[in-house]
Amino acid sequence: MTSPLLNKLNGLDRRWIFLGMALAVLSPILLQIGSDETPSPPTIKLFDQIERLPEGSRILMAMDFDPTSAAELYPMALGFTRHCCLRHHKLYFVTIWPTGKPMIESTIKAVVQADFGSGDRQYVYGVDYMNLGYLAGDAVAISQMSSDIRKARPQDARGTSLDELSIMSGVPSVKEMDLIVNVSAGFPGGKEWVQYAATPQKIPIAIGCTGVQSTQLFPYYPDQLLGLVTGIRGAIEYETMLAAKYPNPYANRNKRPAFLRGGAQRWAHRLMIGLIVLGNGIHLANRYRRTPRR
Amino acid sequence: MNRETRFWTAMFLGGCLLLAFQSLGTERGVGQQFVVRVDATTGKIIPAAKEASDVSAAVKTVIYEPAAKGDPEAIWSFSRTAGIWIAALLTLCIFSYLYRDNVFYKLAESIIVGVSAGYWIVTNFWEVLVAKVLVKLAPDVARYAFLPDTPTNVKADYLYLVPVVLGCMVFCRLIPKIAWMGRWPLAFVVGTTAGLKLTSFLDADFVRQIRSTVLPLVVFSADASGGSALDWKQSIQNIVIVISVLSCVTYFYFSVEHKGLVGRISRVGIWVLMISFGASFALTVMGRITLLTMRLQFLFDEWLGLVRI
Repeated sequence: MTSPLLNKLNGLDRRWIFLGMALAVLSPILLQIGSDETPSPPTIKLFDQIERLPEGSRILMAMDFDPTSAAELYPMALGFTRHCCLRHHKLYFVTIWPTGKPMIESTIKAVVQADFGSGDRQYVYGVDYMNLGYLAGDAVAISQMSSDIRKARPQDARGTSLDELSIMSGVPSVKEMDLIVNVSAGFPGGKEWVQYAATPQKIPIAIGCTGVQSTQLFPYYPDQLLGLVTGIRGAIEYETMLAAKYPNPYANRNKRPAFLRGGAQRWAHRLMIGLIVLGNGIHLANRYRRTPRR
Repeated sequence: MNRETRFWTAMFLGGCLLLAFQSLGTERGVGQQFVVRVDATTGKIIPAAKEASDVSAAVKTVIYEPAAKGDPEAIWSFSRTAGIWIAALLTLCIFSYLYRDNVFYKLAESIIVGVSAGYWIVTNFWEVLVAKVLVKLAPDVARYAFLPDTPTNVKADYLYLVPVVLGCMVFCRLIPKIAWMGRWPLAFVVGTTAGLKLTSFLDADFVRQIRSTVLPLVVFSADASGGSALDWKQSIQNIVIVISVLSCVTYFYFSVEHKGLVGRISRVGIWVLMISFGASFALTVMGRITLLTMRLQFLFDEWLGLVRI
């Protein structure tokens, strides 16, 4: 038995699938279709913790990611920083990735300086936030920060001595932090912050990670991790909660980069599920065709 | 000219026409970037009419902030426009691999490798050699030559000579006669890393993970009336965790032949591992689609100006 459709599908050029995927991703971008997600418990826990902490709490923002993972993690970094600024916590930015430096600078520019750089409750450098920059040494750098920040780095990213910054007074080490928020794209990152800082020093930690990393980090939740925000879905969940709690202006689409990527994600996933079903259907049809009939 | 060449020639000409139309016929143009000049000291915007030479004479530090095309004080930025165009063309070069391997893809790939290597060298020069070695060993030299803001109260710490000497010993491997000396720093790194990892791993991954797996299989929680009720959801979750961990550990237990009951349990372990790999793969796909979304958003928003995100 021969089927012209089956023969055509068997010899389908993979470039048609690439074209289909490009259209599935491009259409929601051009039509500005976004997507909201129902928040999951690990995301809710981090959101609630930042809400619960008293104003002026110290939060270490460890941004261990680079431009290749920025698609998933940059919207997350923006969401966490916005939320902390809304609660007026003190922010200490740091990275153990050399490529994390521009990510920190971009986050500070987009959130701290653009949204909270003026007004009554404006964020002032050295008083409300500071940037430690890049710390070389991977896990050793985390370990050193846990015992003495000044030994790990005596100056901030601008070259100012840490003793000259009022935000650093009474902060000899990471132990003084009320929460560590780590945005992690791999090694060194979330796992190392849990192993070398959070667990031995008993500091609450929450991680925002890439989707692929989440299966490695989930075993730490909820005992050693306060919250875990995974991939672009986690970023959308966080933005959804931020928009519900602070609708003005965070319900606006232009303040929700993850939401706008969610629409493309949804359509691409639908196409993938369709292709998986189609591929298995073709496989079964081929097997049926090859089986000799009695 | 065969059919394929005709098709790609038509696609190329179509793309050029779209670019020409967007550049000349629309307000936003293609990849056009505008900035306003801001005096870093006062925070005031410098008028666009003021010449660059006058600005540099009058203002100590100028910051360039992104601005809309219609802004009266905005000036066209060559460097930012070129940056957008280079980024867009390199993205297209990488995308071209989806059709087939070609010279444009290879060019973009080589640029990425070269730029990454350069970035790492420069960053490590400043953050390791200058900040971690020179500042610690000769703070006055570091202040004079590289970092003027190095605190004056920093004293030289000659203990840092030890890592410097060990670091130099790595290069002994290049000279066959003294190549054996290159093993010492490696032995030091292996030893310290093992020691550091062992203590942190034992605490965070071994003891704490075992503790996290010792869970009640039947969970009761307080209900609305103040009494206790069976929490089905939590109970099932705990049972799944315990069964999954035990079956996976059994799969990696090679001292007993995997037959009978042990064989059946290890089979469950294989299923658990397969589900975990499937979840990892699906999450990887999610990440890659997000990356594609970001690049397409960049091409259609910042470069072509067809949407405003």
